[in-house]
Amino acid sequence: MTATDTDRPPFLPLTSLDTLWFQVAGTLCNLRCNHCFISCSPQNHTLGLMKFEQFKPHLDEAVQYGVKEFYFTGGEPFINPEIFEILEATLAVGPATVLTNATRFTEEKIARLAGMRDASEYSLELRVSIDGFSPETNDPIRGPGTFVQAMNGVRMLVAAGFLPIITSMRSWEIHQDDEFLREFKARLAEIGYTRPRMKLLPSLKIGQEAKRDHGYGKYEFVTEAMMVGYDETQLLCHNSRVVSDRGVHVCPILVDKPDAKLGVTLRDSLNGYRLRHQACITCYRFGALCSNAGSLEGNRLARSGSEANPALGTTPTQN
Amino acid sequence: MTERVAIFGGVYSNHLALAALLEDAPRRGAARIFCLGDLGAFGPHPDEVFPLLREAQIPVVQGNYDNSVGNNLADCQCGYTDAKDNYFARLSYDYTFANTAPENKTWMRDLPGEIRLNLNGVRVLLCHGSPRRMNEFLWETTTSLAFLERLCQDFEADIIVGTHTGLHWHRALPNGKHFINCGAIGRPANDGRTCVWYALLSIDEKASVTVEFIPLEYDHARLASEMRAENLPPEFVATIETGWWTTCLEVLPMKERARGVF
Ligand code: SF4
Ligand code: SF4
Ligand SMILES: [Fe+2]
Repeated sequence: MTATDTDRPPFLPLTSLDTLWFQVAGTLCNLRCNHCFISCSPQNHTLGLMKFEQFKPHLDEAVQYGVKEFYFTGGEPFINPEIFEILEATLAVGPATVLTNATRFTEEKIARLAGMRDASEYSLELRVSIDGFSPETNDPIRGPGTFVQAMNGVRMLVAAGFLPIITSMRSWEIHQDDEFLREFKARLAEIGYTRPRMKLLPSLKIGQEAKRDHGYGKYEFVTEAMMVGYDETQLLCHNSRVVSDRGVHVCPILVDKPDAKLGVTLRDSLNGYRLRHQACITCYRFGALCSNAGSLEGNRLARSGSEANPALGTTPTQN
Repeated sequence: MTERVAIFGGVYSNHLALAALLEDAPRRGAARIFCLGDLGAFGPHPDEVFPLLREAQIPVVQGNYDNSVGNNLADCQCGYTDAKDNYFARLSYDYTFANTAPENKTWMRDLPGEIRLNLNGVRVLLCHGSPRRMNEFLWETTTSLAFLERLCQDFEADIIVGTHTGLHWHRALPNGKHFINCGAIGRPANDGRTCVWYALLSIDEKASVTVEFIPLEYDHARLASEMRAENLPPEFVATIETGWWTTCLEVLPMKERARGVF
């Protein structure tokens, strides 16, 4: 191989469309956290709120392709006035996970969520971002008052029988994890959450990303050579896509990058993507940061003929 | 004539439950019995299950645990991502690995990744996690029917049977196919009962499918005392004695987790 071959960003095919994300709140959020990787805020209209009528055809198409599970993000999904209709329609056909800052909940909204959860055979997961175990540790990152608001949201969720997954981005040294978890669990126990599910996101991943955006270094790309022997199931884009009010994009991380939009329908997005962005190197190094259980490692079963008949649903399942 | 087979998985070294199953399934009319893998982990004396399986000539699909132990891998490939889950996974893997005889490791290494059956014209695919990946978790509440239909189509099967998650469930799919998780006989199903579970699959001459989950009683008190004698974690023993999962919980989806007490 020549140097030019192996220095190119690699083309990663979509192995299987298992996970579909919906950017239901676009880049709009009631908060403006300083580590937000797509800089969401009340004024960022790069991507808008998704209307139910925009959402529904994508959901139907996803069922045709045999998508396994659905994720909802933004921005803050619960600022979308049609989020409940959207989640209800989803829970009729598959499991839903919503990434939320939990600052916009009311008893009525949570009762409605609990109702649709109980009416579905699927799980409705809520992942709540809180980046510290106190106002002093969380609010500098997520904004004044957000710790108290989010904990109140968690309290209401737990009272309604939810087991929200609390996610925190590590802003401390890794050896302090246990201490952090102990402190946070004590706070959660005080509000009635006695068996908390918690997930720590790797340190500085996104923050580093922001810095990288300004300093394009020569070697700051994933290259074809780097993919040799690499487990590409670490990368979100090997088995998922994201839909916004503008169309279908390769992944939630690049959703605001024009060249990461792949088309209008899922069918347009089934080929692969060349991992040409700075953010790709972060994914490459740290692995998927977005799914509930993290990435499931390798060990694919070889099956004769499976290359010719990939699990990718390029032929919609019949029914 | 109706064809009836018993299918079980997740043995986790529970040789007492395995012995009970080998008596129970034929009594219920199962002409053949199949094992979907994960012979070791969790329980005591990993070598004890092999003579039972060989004597009864049970066809076995390779599980991730069998693949790991058989190939001298560093861990069990269970796919846990939480530090606490991994702590307990490591304890049981190291114990199982150290106490499995070399010839049993070789035997596990050579197990097939899938078994296909034809029962009255119905194509049945037996696998461990999913047909496409040995350690894929397919949970009842996080796997869409559309996805299961896609698997049936891609893998040319009318019925897919797996284990791996340790919780039994069955879905009749809108397109007439079926997905079954046969559960595990190695530990209880996080339901507060001490019994363990396996599946009976019956297909009549008109190709109509019946799936039944069988609660299997066995001498769990004896298993618990064997585990204690081997210094296995008290958390594991508690699961055997109470029927509630105490470890490896972070991987459970919300609804499965909410059914348990921990
Ligand atoms: S709550 Fe989430 S989407 Fe909103 S600004 Fe913070 S990180 Fe961004
Ligand atoms: S940012 Fe990550 S998920 Fe997105 S295209 Fe690049 S490698 Fe794939
Ligand atoms: Fe397994």
